[in-house]
Amino acid sequence: MTATREKKLPNTIFTHRLTNGMTLVGEPNDSVQSAAITLLVPCGYSADPAERLGLASVMCDMVLRGAGSRDSRALINDLEVLGVERGESVGASQTSFSAASLAENLSDMLTIYADIVRRPHLPADQLDAGKLVCLQEINSIDDEPSQRLMIELRRRTYPEPWGRSSHGSEAGITAVTSTEVEEHLSRYYRPNSAILGVAGNFDWQQLLGQIEALFGDWQVNDVPMILEEQLDLGDAHVEFDSNQCHIGIAYPSVPYRDPDYMRAWAAVGVLSGGMSSRLFTEVRERRGLCYTVSASLQTQLDRARVLCYAGTSEDRAQETLDVTYAELLRLREGVLPAELSRLKARIKSGLIMQQESTSSRSGSIAREWYHLGRVRTLDELGQLVDELTGPMINEYLEAHPPRDFTFATLGPSPLELPREVS
Amino acid sequence: MKFRSHTLDNGLEIVAECNETAHSVGLGFFVRTGARDETDSVAGVSHFLEHMVFKGTPRRSADDVNREFDELGAHYNAFTSEENTVYYASVLPEYQEGILDILADIMRPSLREEDFDMEKKVILEEIQMYADQPPFGMDDKIKELHYGRHPLARSVLGTEFTVGEMAVDQMRGYFETRYAADNMFVAAAGKVDFDALIKQVESRCGSWKPALTLRELPPYESQNGFHCVPRPTSTQQYILQLADAPAAEDDRRFAAKLLATMFGDDSGSRLYWELVDPGLVESASLGHYEYQGAGMYFSWLSCSPEEAAENFDRMSNLQDIAQAQGFTDQELHQAKSKVKARVVLSSERPRNRLFNVGGNWLQRREYRSVADDLKAVDAVTLDEVWNVLNEFPLTRRTTVTIGPLESWPE
Repeated sequence: MTATREKKLPNTIFTHRLTNGMTLVGEPNDSVQSAAITLLVPCGYSADPAERLGLASVMCDMVLRGAGSRDSRALINDLEVLGVERGESVGASQTSFSAASLAENLSDMLTIYADIVRRPHLPADQLDAGKLVCLQEINSIDDEPSQRLMIELRRRTYPEPWGRSSHGSEAGITAVTSTEVEEHLSRYYRPNSAILGVAGNFDWQQLLGQIEALFGDWQVNDVPMILEEQLDLGDAHVEFDSNQCHIGIAYPSVPYRDPDYMRAWAAVGVLSGGMSSRLFTEVRERRGLCYTVSASLQTQLDRARVLCYAGTSEDRAQETLDVTYAELLRLREGVLPAELSRLKARIKSGLIMQQESTSSRSGSIAREWYHLGRVRTLDELGQLVDELTGPMINEYLEAHPPRDFTFATLGPSPLELPREVS
Repeated sequence: MKFRSHTLDNGLEIVAECNETAHSVGLGFFVRTGARDETDSVAGVSHFLEHMVFKGTPRRSADDVNREFDELGAHYNAFTSEENTVYYASVLPEYQEGILDILADIMRPSLREEDFDMEKKVILEEIQMYADQPPFGMDDKIKELHYGRHPLARSVLGTEFTVGEMAVDQMRGYFETRYAADNMFVAAAGKVDFDALIKQVESRCGSWKPALTLRELPPYESQNGFHCVPRPTSTQQYILQLADAPAAEDDRRFAAKLLATMFGDDSGSRLYWELVDPGLVESASLGHYEYQGAGMYFSWLSCSPEEAAENFDRMSNLQDIAQAQGFTDQELHQAKSKVKARVVLSSERPRNRLFNVGGNWLQRREYRSVADDLKAVDAVTLDEVWNVLNEFPLTRRTTVTIGPLESWPE
């Protein structure tokens, strides 16, 4: 991608593996004032015991309630005085801690995060509060029909435990004890498979020294393999008293590390990327069926799905489902050269603009390492995009046509689901 | 960073913050029109028109518009508020002229009747979608209750009835006056070639007519009160509050923003420690929003219906304490650190600077650099916060609650 080279993107990405298995990935960029970190700790909802769904989520709340020399209040206050913008989330296989601030605060920020993941107090007298926070989140989703629908769709399309809700269940959270939190934490918050991504204005050698000092003596821990099972899916329709009907369709795709991933991703981009994409054009622009319609490729380490969503009023829901489904089937016929060239333009400008946010870079490089065990520069990614051709995508679509669909609907009444044609 | 500005003969202004080291350009048309400029018979027309702007021009079909935006790899969108309609795009610098060509062209849309009828369906779906989501229309309701018949109380979306009944000619009439050359401007940020931009805008927009459009700014007298709206199908109870606050042109707005951060930021604030950290509520926050001639504090609380009255009392109690005792040096220091870091972090994206440059020009016709904003935040004293508390008490507010509660427990 010559355009990116002319713009002198920082194209050096450093990596370092600590002896305990933790990986540090860094992309220095001296043209920005900020620095951001993304710390992926290998503790996801997939490791929650079946009768404790939501344990990882409770832990993610609890580790911020005091760590190292700081109590709960001092921890949050000190992060704020450092101007840290932070976020935490629990995914299938990891809990992600992200934080960004002015570059001069990076070192202090890292010291606090090392405490959070290694030396949390987990105060027993705050466990009820931590559980309540997690229960509040579950309750709030009850009032968000589109979110509920997507949770249901993911549950139906992935084998257990990969399609669980990251929020867990009311029963699971309520049952969590202090001892369980401590035990689960000492088992799963561990350096082997942990990844720290750092992007922004920093010196690599200095960072390396600090990370060795903060995490070098973190003890390795091995955990049991996750076993998959297929649960009884139940009815595809969730009855819900709302104006709109919410429609979800999912189908299998290839995960990030698959050599075909870029092609799969491009095919979904033709379906739903930009306002000239197929779903937006056919469902919204030509027919005015809904305000929101989209599809995205969601990837885990070993499996991936394309998840489509559309929300529309009850009397137009059937047509919306039918038109959306027809577009998924039509994708089997391949993509047009013009569609691909638009898509490439969007991806390439997106790659360059990603450089304008250290938060998004730290997350991207950490996740690249997770999926690939290496990190590509934006230059390399740009080249891969350049090399994509229509025939490559069409070949992929021929071998992996959208099929094996899973449906979920939520609204006042069920819809007639398409019977699959192969 | 360099600020540049230029005005065409027809009154169309161009403002830009040029940054040689940026990777992209953010470009937008900012139109000084929104819900507050509407009348009852066209309620929702600003937002509907925002959708119609993408539906084609004499030179481009709707498909062309979408396709050409995507061909430039643009990240683009538009939004409508109570007082502005903004169309924006981020592109790589080499596409500055290409993106301006599309944006300028769609500012003169065809407003064809068949497109109008089709897009009306999309708008009605959007209205339905919001009606299903918290706060279930209460954000509009609380403005009505607080501002009465004042234009700021108008709904951006309109209603199913007003949008359903609207005719394309009404929209065309509204467009003529509101999208006049002197009622909008072009803003840009990032790696902008400003000299080229002047020529590019001149050649495409130079023939647009001015209209001496005015916005009515009647004084308002806000009401206070408490309203409970039952919604049996909800799970959570939602409480919204609106109180008067410093307006866009009021220098006290910086103190108000810090006050809102200390009192009701989503982390580390008084509301956070009292209500969110112990898990009593799903969320509780206070934000400061600025409009022309009016400012508002907007509070939000959501929790289980059983706990709602108790949590509401806790929040009210915190408001009383703030009014009686003010805030501490430590709180102010913490809030300043947080706000300043946010200003710097967000400034790294030209798209964010575009909204900042455009927003300042909309509100005050002024340019403020990142350094100006940092200085203004730093300069705020506890005395100023105290004055804002006295002038704009958090306790003089309108409250609306919606959720499973049939009536508010005494």
